[in-house]
Amino acid sequence: MSDDNDDIVQEIEQLPLDAWHHRKGARMVPFAGYEMPIQFDGIVAEHEWTRTQAGLFDVSHMGQLMLTGENVAEELEKLLPGAIASLKPGKVRYSLLIDENGGIIDDLMVTNATPWIEADEEAGTEGHWGDPAYYLVVNGATKWDDIAHLREHLPDEITLTHLDEQALIALQGPNAATALNRVMRNVIDDMVFMESVTHDFGEWPLRITRAGYTGEDGFEISVPAEFAESLCDRLCAEIEVRPVGLGARDSLRLEAGLPLYGHDITTETDPVSAELVFALTKKRREEGGWMGHEAVMKVFNEGPAEKRVGLSLEGRLPAREGALVFDGDKQIGRITSGGFSPTLGAPIAMGYLAQSHTEPGTEVEIEVRNKRLPAKVVPMPFVPHRYHRGN
Amino acid sequence: MARYFTDEHEWIDLEGDTATVGITDYAQGQLGDIVFVELPSVGTMLEKGKDAAVVESVKAASDVYAPISGEVTEANGALEDDPALVNSSPEEDGWFFRMTVSDKSQLEGLMDQAAYKSFCDGL
Repeated sequence: MSDDNDDIVQEIEQLPLDAWHHRKGARMVPFAGYEMPIQFDGIVAEHEWTRTQAGLFDVSHMGQLMLTGENVAEELEKLLPGAIASLKPGKVRYSLLIDENGGIIDDLMVTNATPWIEADEEAGTEGHWGDPAYYLVVNGATKWDDIAHLREHLPDEITLTHLDEQALIALQGPNAATALNRVMRNVIDDMVFMESVTHDFGEWPLRITRAGYTGEDGFEISVPAEFAESLCDRLCAEIEVRPVGLGARDSLRLEAGLPLYGHDITTETDPVSAELVFALTKKRREEGGWMGHEAVMKVFNEGPAEKRVGLSLEGRLPAREGALVFDGDKQIGRITSGGFSPTLGAPIAMGYLAQSHTEPGTEVEIEVRNKRLPAKVVPMPFVPHRYHRGN
Repeated sequence: MARYFTDEHEWIDLEGDTATVGITDYAQGQLGDIVFVELPSVGTMLEKGKDAAVVESVKAASDVYAPISGEVTEANGALEDDPALVNSSPEEDGWFFRMTVSDKSQLEGLMDQAAYKSFCDGL
């Protein structure tokens, strides 16, 4: 047998929860420069547990950045195509770093982390918002390039702090809120999807964000590395919570139709072709002033030559990244992510197809090892999102 | 009946001139949940060390190489309906295919059960 992980020759670092994963029986693999848990009990079991209960994921490889300084929102808007200045404190937005050619440098979550300063009777001050601060979570494999890009293009007055002493834990699943509520009372009651709060849990200063990468309700919790093990033990003591590895994280996000950077989106793909137009706020599309605006709007106005779509396959044989898509003899696209959906019990894939073949229901063929697999364009997500959006 | 093991984590049962081939319990554990097995069709001439089958897990596709040379005489149809047999019964019901043995000398140097066990313990 051959394995994909044989030829990795690079410095592999360990994350704060490394020993914890070993104790929990994880199988570790190198990913994004770190030793990461690919699975604990098995990918399918962990996948199903997350869809029915709550999975705890270590995503500490991701980059956590804090940006502060005067006019930081306005400066960020020069690099991100979303509305940042109008993002209220405690609100979170999905956004993109885009290069001059319209290519995607990374996708990320940006939170307005401006702190609320309580009234101080002795000093005679009213409660007020403190200095503006924005918290970014970027992909692990791209964080060093992102930091270099931000540093290069943001003025010196903006301070960029890499929070590399923070671990990041995701708690995802329909029972994530139930479990978290039992551990920390009254913290997440009023939160909805894409909101973020800070909370001192005893001596542990946490940032809790209601978001994730599975399509389920859930949270991402930023915690100082020294307390990460204790927090994971505390969460896993809840009956609903079990550790879940990267393998299930990938099958869950694929079912949720969420793109994976470096595969479904790269500097070779633009936000319009990638079907991420929702990240380009309408007003900012019209007004511009962000890097890559001209190139992206050209695609937006003329229509993309190809678009990212979902594909469902007949049979059981999955099509993987790199497989080519055909209509008869004509190649009309390529697969960028593919695998077997545990929830649907069938193979699913994501890829770029020529605009002419992107209507749901369009029948195509995917070539896998000289065989043609019948497939159909379907809307994403493959499995409906169940975010907590409130009433 | 003699059972041989390869360092590619395959097992071979030799009965007369026919060999039955599958992957070991260690191998299925490494691969994880198997969702599809692509087997060679009857009549395929396999060459030792070359591609013989493909195992698709949720995670990835992995090649299975022919442990010896010979002609495929039967493929395990049960894996078509239930590929997870490779996870639940890798060294019995989850066998892959049967083949003729072109050159019995190719079996020399393969491991027996005890040698394979210590090989895996060293991994």
